Amino acid sequence: MKKDIIISGVGGQGILSISAIIGMAALESGLNLKQSEVHGMSQRGGDVQANLRISSDTIYSDLISHKRADLILSVEPMEALRYIPFLSPDGWIVTNITPYKNIPDYPDEEALFAELKKHKNLVLVDADKIAKECGTARAGNIVMLGAAAPFLDIPYEMLEFGIKKIFGRKGEDIVNINLKAFKAGVDVSEKVIAAQR
Amino acid sequence: MEKLLLLGAEAIAQGAIDGGVSGVYAYPGTPSTEITEYVQDSEQAQQKNIHSQWSANEKTAMEAALGMSYSGKRAMVCMKHVGLNVAADAFMNSAITGINGGLLITVADDPSMHSSQNEQDSRYYGKFAQIPILEPTNQQEAYDMAYFGFRLSEELEVPVMLRITTRLSHSRSGILRKEEVPQNELTLPKDLKQFILLPSIAKKRYKKLVEARPKFEESSANSEYNRFIDGPNKKLGIIACGITYNYLMENFPDGCEYPVMKIGQYPMPRNRIAEFEEKVEELLVLEEGYPMIEELLAGYFRKGKTVHGRLDGTLPRIGELNPDLVGKALGFEVPEQEDVPDIVVPRPPSLCVGCGHRDAYSALNVALEDYGDGHVFADIGCYTLGALPPYESINSCVDMGASITMAKGAADAGLHPAVAVIGDSTFTHSGMTGLLDAVSENTPITVIISDNLTTAMTGGQHSAAENRLESICEGIGVDPDHIRVVVPHRKNHDEMVKMMKEEFEYKGVSVIIPRRECIQTLARKKRNKVAGKRV
Repeated sequence: MKKDIIISGVGGQGILSISAIIGMAALESGLNLKQSEVHGMSQRGGDVQANLRISSDTIYSDLISHKRADLILSVEPMEALRYIPFLSPDGWIVTNITPYKNIPDYPDEEALFAELKKHKNLVLVDADKIAKECGTARAGNIVMLGAAAPFLDIPYEMLEFGIKKIFGRKGEDIVNINLKAFKAGVDVSEKVIAAQR
Repeated sequence: MEKLLLLGAEAIAQGAIDGGVSGVYAYPGTPSTEITEYVQDSEQAQQKNIHSQWSANEKTAMEAALGMSYSGKRAMVCMKHVGLNVAADAFMNSAITGINGGLLITVADDPSMHSSQNEQDSRYYGKFAQIPILEPTNQQEAYDMAYFGFRLSEELEVPVMLRITTRLSHSRSGILRKEEVPQNELTLPKDLKQFILLPSIAKKRYKKLVEARPKFEESSANSEYNRFIDGPNKKLGIIACGITYNYLMENFPDGCEYPVMKIGQYPMPRNRIAEFEEKVEELLVLEEGYPMIEELLAGYFRKGKTVHGRLDGTLPRIGELNPDLVGKALGFEVPEQEDVPDIVVPRPPSLCVGCGHRDAYSALNVALEDYGDGHVFADIGCYTLGALPPYESINSCVDMGASITMAKGAADAGLHPAVAVIGDSTFTHSGMTGLLDAVSENTPITVIISDNLTTAMTGGQHSAAENRLESICEGIGVDPDHIRVVVPHRKNHDEMVKMMKEEFEYKGVSVIIPRRECIQTLARKKRNKVAGKRV
């Protein structure tokens, strides 16, 4: 088993927490992993990404090669496109649809989604809306984690274990909201996958 | 032992803790900050009473670590590559004093300048100081090298450099821990004159350092970190330093067809490299940073065997390597790189919405309108982002503290007004001495210390300037009437503009302190409060 995943977004959107949960689940599943992150200046509202590599074999490089990523998981739609050069021809894009506009020249949304839709393996997730329905707008990243889950080859229980571990100290209610958000994300992707079959 | 998921930086911290360190000294700097933060947050380190508070700058950190080593205990000092420039005086001389307790100097380089002003290669400093260098390939080696580094330092009786790069520092992987080594007891050096670098003693110590060179090479030759891996195809021999070994192996999932010499400890083991060179027709050197080894092996006139690398164009001369670049250097067909779609626009970092630096720059831009462009010397920190739109307020960013001294030099040349913009933590790091220069000559400069009560750019570490700025400036000799504090806020915009204009016209040193807490640290404190954690 081998999965190369790029997680992208804007500094401050919390992509590292998604990465951390997947990492924890991979380690618990006895898999090897390397997870390269961006710290420092870019975290101030710049574009950020994490390279997450999971494998049952030895992983050498911390970085993913061009055209090798199995999945781009993005919490922001334009940021998903920034890493297209890394996506493998059969790779999937799973992205949140809410733009984060902290720049004056943010592209036209219609054109942006037209560009995204050029990729057949695409899951668009209204993570903010789904998160609110689950109980808190702050669970958007966990919705995205759920939407990525069907592409990870890691048992859902392991990812749920990661969620419980990360949110455990915040109390049972928060854990349950996030588990619900996770499941809601899973459902979005499973529907898209089923429709493609 | 348990397996931990750690960043390379954290692996070094854990390795040092388990390896018996008694004190970690550092000033924050990307990509090295997480080493010290990990020690600060480690319960194990607290139980062992390991020192981990931030130092004022890298030089004070280096010296404190040397003092701990003098006292027989193991110490580690951590910094980013340019921090070593600040610590260089102490660093170079520590090679001559030698050590008592093991001393590890951990330096994190930033090739491709993700968060830095340059991409200098710290291995040159190690070579310059003539001390051994360790360079890990992965997170496990980072742990192991920190763990064993103290012993190596004690065995060779010199400080040892541990060199990493951004990619290793900020990448997580599973780490297997080792048995904890107890800390050293307080023990003074056998020779109480060892650390006195008076010329008569320094000469002897320096001779000892130079004469130890064969011992260092022997240690490298026997090091498990310098490994020969044979391959059937002798047309090429590959020397892979540190993390580049990963990029090489990424291209050979079933093993490399060429003989490989993996390098993780310097000085290079001369005999083993010579043997390696004999076996192969040509050489390819993979190294992160400058082409240091390539230059050494190729020689100035390139008369020996052909050596490929960054200098002959096989690899790019600048920037960090990756599996694709190494694959291309090996002659593999790397898939044609698809372009980022045109619709994607750059998203540079920017000052946070609500940040006090924004208000300071808004006021500064207005206050300077009558004087024209080109008057502002800035420094290293979040406020360097004032270089970008919409503010475009600043005209320099060179090194920690340079704002004040460059403003002074410009004022000496006749520029008026000459304005320095510096952060609170950068001011106590390296701004204070420059301010003293200006005060000594009563140079007409205006220093804006944009105080957000933290070391913000690196993630909100404690600032040594906290509650001290006014008294420091007064102590240095700035006239108290010209030390002015204001809350940088939209509602105080006019007040700030007026204050700045007044101080620009003062014919002496003035200091303006716009002070408001960093909104990131403020938000974090609120979050922690909700979660019931210590603030």
